[in-house]
Amino acid sequence: MEKTVNQRAWLLVLPVLVLVAFSSIIPMMTVVNYSFQDSFGENIFFWVGLEWYQELLRSERLWDALGRQLLFSFIILMIEIPLGILVALSMPKKGISASICLVLMSLPLLIPYNVVGTIWQVFGRADIGLLGRTLSDLGISYNYSQNAFDAWVTVIIMDVWHWTSLVALLAYAGLRSIPKPYYQAAMIDQASRWNVFRYIELPKMRGVLMIAILLRFMDSFMIYTEPFVLTGGGPGNATTFLSIDLVKMALGQFDLGPAAAFSLMYFLVILLISYVFYTVMITIDKDEAKQ
Amino acid sequence: MASITLENLAHSYLPDPGGDHDFALKEINHIWEDGRAYALLGPSGCGKTTLLNIISGLLTPTSGRVLFGDKDVTVSSTAERNIAQVFQFPVVYDTMTVRQNLAFPLRNRGMEADYVSERVEQIAQMIGLEADLHKKARGLTSDLKQKISLGRGMVRDDVNAILFDEPLTVIDPHLKWELRTQLKSLHREFGHTMIYVTHDQTEALTFAEKVVVMHEGRVVQIGTPKELFETPAHVFVGYFIGSPGMNFVPVSVTGNKAHINGNTIDLHHDYGNPQGDILLGIRPEFVRLSKSDGLPVQINRVQDVGRHKFINATLFDIEINISANEGFEIESDMIKIEFDPANIGIFRDNWRMNGKAIDQSNGGTV
Repeated sequence: MEKTVNQRAWLLVLPVLVLVAFSSIIPMMTVVNYSFQDSFGENIFFWVGLEWYQELLRSERLWDALGRQLLFSFIILMIEIPLGILVALSMPKKGISASICLVLMSLPLLIPYNVVGTIWQVFGRADIGLLGRTLSDLGISYNYSQNAFDAWVTVIIMDVWHWTSLVALLAYAGLRSIPKPYYQAAMIDQASRWNVFRYIELPKMRGVLMIAILLRFMDSFMIYTEPFVLTGGGPGNATTFLSIDLVKMALGQFDLGPAAAFSLMYFLVILLISYVFYTVMITIDKDEAKQ
Repeated sequence: MASITLENLAHSYLPDPGGDHDFALKEINHIWEDGRAYALLGPSGCGKTTLLNIISGLLTPTSGRVLFGDKDVTVSSTAERNIAQVFQFPVVYDTMTVRQNLAFPLRNRGMEADYVSERVEQIAQMIGLEADLHKKARGLTSDLKQKISLGRGMVRDDVNAILFDEPLTVIDPHLKWELRTQLKSLHREFGHTMIYVTHDQTEALTFAEKVVVMHEGRVVQIGTPKELFETPAHVFVGYFIGSPGMNFVPVSVTGNKAHINGNTIDLHHDYGNPQGDILLGIRPEFVRLSKSDGLPVQINRVQDVGRHKFINATLFDIEINISANEGFEIESDMIKIEFDPANIGIFRDNWRMNGKAIDQSNGGTV
């Protein structure tokens, strides 16, 4: 059959191309543009090449923030994933109590990030906060605005409070999709509760757990609002994660060039880690199917 | 191994069952003899899976008892009953190899490693999985997965019975026959009691020595495939077994004569003077088209399916199916049908009547 050449198809994708151009490509290219130039105001720019990138890669400030960021993401993943699974396993399976559970679990997810930060900021205050006051009355010294360790603990607990439900809901969906005969077969095979989890539930939840890990990793790696409201990155630089550092650089110091270079590297790091993560997942999946 | 006795067994999924219609499984008394192969046949939703789950202990019946041998196991757990069950969709432990899958029930029971590996090899050989023992279970085709399921049941040497819940649903048609044959030879060789649930009559009739037909939560007939075909005890069995199913014609009966629209049909048995809803049942195989004798019909269509011809006709507003052999020539002036009197059944209120045999010399075709 003869293929007819028809360029009108471009017309059909044009709207989406325009939309994507205005929403992502053009803003992003502006950032790329800034990252290679220096400016002293009045909209006058000088070409500086890779200087900002080199300077940033040499700066201790960036590496410290990156280290804090990785540590933070690692800790919250180590807490939220197992805890989410545990919560999902102990949730009721059906009936009104299941619905109530689902609604209650979704509540933290619906609260604006800013408000989450404010809630914990007030909750933890040593003078008026319920948590802070109780702890200090018990004789435990706790002050997130002065002690770096306390600040970390608070930021982590806040994130766990905010986001464990997401993991739990995803895991719950995975659990609910397991057909009943699997459990019946396990009963017949006299499998212990642990074996049921290890050989039926965990393998069947793998897909959703991978998504949960990926989502939680990306999200925690970009965290900004809650620690900003709670500690503002302090005390000192203790909770200055990448985003907070970036905003300080871009808006606080108004260093557009370095901030643009920072943004792009930040973006590439997330892209790279997610890509590696995704590829590893897919490869494991394929290998197992082949065997 | 032991026989399985169901005593006044009934089950309802409602917490507080009232009338008969609340019961998914109506009262049943039955003994599954040791070492026999049974099929539990019926349409979807007739209660066969409920019955199977009660036997395996996945469900506790609302009333009645289940006995294995002399032992009451009504409230015993599945594991205590030593039952194996193969489900509709293959259940395998995805992350394990075939070998680990087969060993799983034994390892859970704390058997010694030597015994486990010996037994696994033995079972793998029996069901033809030796070559796949090292493979991961999740990559296998459904028929092999179903074999693993079966193997996990058979690997325990003290298994009381193996239950099958429509095990061939997801298997490719050309493998169904093969698997069923294999199952049958396994049964002959090792003599496990097998109960096979299906809604496919071919599966049931080829697999089982005895077929239990269920309808709306009730067992309507238990019999050999031959009995189900020749003397269905209930109108439903007539419909359900055979393809096409039995023809039913409303008639009135006095003695050994059936009457329909002023015509008389001679019967081989004397049924007295039955009241109620009386149906005459005859299989398509025992209806013959003829030119001159019998009841007047109007022929609607003829289907040639190779070895048979199926003829669809109308007899006094009732649809009648006729099955004729390949060589039978249908002519345009064949406008009557005859029933083979030896194979006519009379049903009152859906249940088959047992007539008194009469002297054959008085009988004859219509």
